[in-house]
Amino acid sequence: MTARVVTTAGERYRPQDVIAAVRGIGKTYPGGVEALRDVHLAFPRGQLTTLLGPSGCGKTTLLKIVAGLLRPDMGEVEVNGRVVDGPGPERAFVFQDFALLPWANVLRNVAFGLELRGVARAAREETARKYIAAVGLAGFEKSYPHQLSGGMRQRVGLARALAVNADILMMDEPFSAVDEQTRRKFQEDLLELLKVERKTVIFVTHSIEEAVYLSDRIVLLSRRPGRVSRIVAPKISRDGSPDDIRRDRGYLDAVDEIWAILKQYLMEPGA
Amino acid sequence: MTAFGIRIPAGLSLVVWAVVWEIAGRLGSSLVLPPFSEVIAAGIKLIPSEKFAEAASITLHAFFVGMAWAVAVGIPVGVLMARSKAAGRILGVWVNIFVSAPISALVPILMAVIGIGQSTVIVTVFLFAVFIIILDTQVGVQHVGRSLEEMARSFGASRAQLYGKVLLLAALPEMLAGIRLAVIRGVKGVVIGQLLVSIIGVGELFELYSRNFLMAEFWALVLMVFAFAFLMSEAVAWLERRVEYYAAAR
Amino acid sequence: MNTIAGSIRIARPSAWRHARAAHRAFWLFLSFAAFFGAWEIAGRIPVSLTFPTFTATAAALVGMIGSGELLNAYAITLQPLGIGLALCGVAGVGCGIAMGLSRRIEWLSLPVLVILQSAPIAAIIPLLTYVYGIGLTSKVLAVVILAAPVIVMNSYKGIRNTSPSLIEMCRSFQGTRRDEIFKIMLPYAGAMIFTGLRLGVAMGFIGIVIAELLITPTGIGDLITYHRSVADFPEMFAAIASIVMVSALTIAALGAVERRLFRHLTTVEAA
Repeated sequence: MTARVVTTAGERYRPQDVIAAVRGIGKTYPGGVEALRDVHLAFPRGQLTTLLGPSGCGKTTLLKIVAGLLRPDMGEVEVNGRVVDGPGPERAFVFQDFALLPWANVLRNVAFGLELRGVARAAREETARKYIAAVGLAGFEKSYPHQLSGGMRQRVGLARALAVNADILMMDEPFSAVDEQTRRKFQEDLLELLKVERKTVIFVTHSIEEAVYLSDRIVLLSRRPGRVSRIVAPKISRDGSPDDIRRDRGYLDAVDEIWAILKQYLMEPGA
Repeated sequence: MTAFGIRIPAGLSLVVWAVVWEIAGRLGSSLVLPPFSEVIAAGIKLIPSEKFAEAASITLHAFFVGMAWAVAVGIPVGVLMARSKAAGRILGVWVNIFVSAPISALVPILMAVIGIGQSTVIVTVFLFAVFIIILDTQVGVQHVGRSLEEMARSFGASRAQLYGKVLLLAALPEMLAGIRLAVIRGVKGVVIGQLLVSIIGVGELFELYSRNFLMAEFWALVLMVFAFAFLMSEAVAWLERRVEYYAAAR
Repeated sequence: MNTIAGSIRIARPSAWRHARAAHRAFWLFLSFAAFFGAWEIAGRIPVSLTFPTFTATAAALVGMIGSGELLNAYAITLQPLGIGLALCGVAGVGCGIAMGLSRRIEWLSLPVLVILQSAPIAAIIPLLTYVYGIGLTSKVLAVVILAAPVIVMNSYKGIRNTSPSLIEMCRSFQGTRRDEIFKIMLPYAGAMIFTGLRLGVAMGFIGIVIAELLITPTGIGDLITYHRSVADFPEMFAAIASIVMVSALTIAALGAVERRLFRHLTTVEAA
């Protein structure tokens, strides 16, 4: 049997290992800004893929296209083997600015995705409670967003995305609005959570350390118009403690390698 | 909005309304509403007339004098209330009461104390306009960041320099916003003042036309006064836009 | 007060709350004393033979309450005010929401609405008398034409300015347009709609006072003009002071309700 080859910058995957793919994606914003050009990418099942690049390289645009929140001008998005055109139950999004309903408490916010699906109240609240505990917010079910810190609000956003039991989790710079210490804790907690939840994650960040810490593979996008320039798969041993990872040889090498590539973009005119 | 694929600018809907007015007027659906074209014609005849010129000049005089006083008093009081906690607390209650109170209720008092005439109208305009200027000026000065003030002090700014070169300019966006709202209130003040005093200015003309059912003239005058209020408010808004560029970066 | 990462809400000790209340009460007292004191002095100078002292006015006020004069007047005045505001409230909010939801309706009505915001609508009130007579109808209409623009504008803005991030979040969980309107826009707009209603009440008071001074005086307007015509200046001042106070208290009460109801919306915007 000849396996259908899905190539991206030289990678090859078997079709059954790929949960989502984009082909020939192009997007130009009104006003003539070409955000993405001819992007081909595959996202392997169960792995955390990060889109990394300088600001303006279109990584959030690409993420939103995969999520179905933006329509590409060219190309198509395929999820689980079928072309999709809009959001779907197999994908869930975590927003950079949290996007919580300010008039609803934590319980209602986490259950919101299920509410929109028509799940009965008792069932969705039970599911919500489970995920509120999973992200470490047990006891805060009745609190309101304005009573929570930024870090806690993002946990609510994450719990909401987990509660709908999607296959793919898309995270748009989810930790950029919190302070450094909280951010580190988040990264560690996220990895712990993913060991249990076994989801495919597509992550957008501009932090090299974060990308290397979290990812199974990192897709580097070039400056506008965004194109896939390189894919780096850090070889890090994740058996030790979270702190050990940051001293692992593979981690440090990957960070250096990526920084060298990205530095070129900063030198280019228009940086 | 787009129709048939072409973008139609917002202002054009007024043309639609003018057409509707014309049709409704011609159908004679109401004695009160003559066709739009008649209103325009009456307006054109009205403007060069002596009666109108007199009414307009009295009205404009009352409006601008009242507004000038409102700005001259409002801004210093607003600054005072922002810089002195005591003044802010004592005057604050009253400014808040009067900024949304029915000031027209005070006009009979003015008529009793000042008499019936132009001065009463000027004071009416003043009272309508001053409180919002005080309030917005106070807010504007209060919100000037500490670091701007500390910076000026650290470079040895005198009191006059602190106010003139830093504080007032930093609070300018809010002050202009207050003045814009005050201008709108001022026009209401001059119209209501004249209606209540009822022997001078455009207020008198409104009374005259309504009583004698000269509807075309009435609506022409209404449109002119409305246009005046709108243009004055837009003029201040234009000033506001000129200072907008630094409003966000304060 | 609520930004310590991952920590509990801080409760204000009640002693602190009491101290603040006492502090506010002191300044309020000082404020009233200063105003009434100045009034008393102005009356004694006297500023004018027609200008009564504060004490004389207060006495007249008490007298009018005792004789039932004041209550009867308000019973008459508040009728068209209440009816007008009720009509305005329902129709105005409805129109504002319709404008917010439909670009067509917005295009048609926004320019007119903007002009009405700055227009001295009171100019039309005398006309109402000649067309609708001197009864309840004219007065209700006076209230309606003054209060409606601000109510419509605020409702419209509330819908139109709904956070795009929240709408995107709703779409990401496959919410329908109905979900967007009922679960996101209307709750979000609630605060602005309430503000519009509060401002509308203020305009309504202005409208009814103008109506009663310009059209045939009834109720409070009647008290004012009658006492002026017989040179009972303390009584006239008392009637005027009473309407200013009633209007101020109503608006303040609505403001307090507004702050309580919409606490949760104020701080989350900056997230």
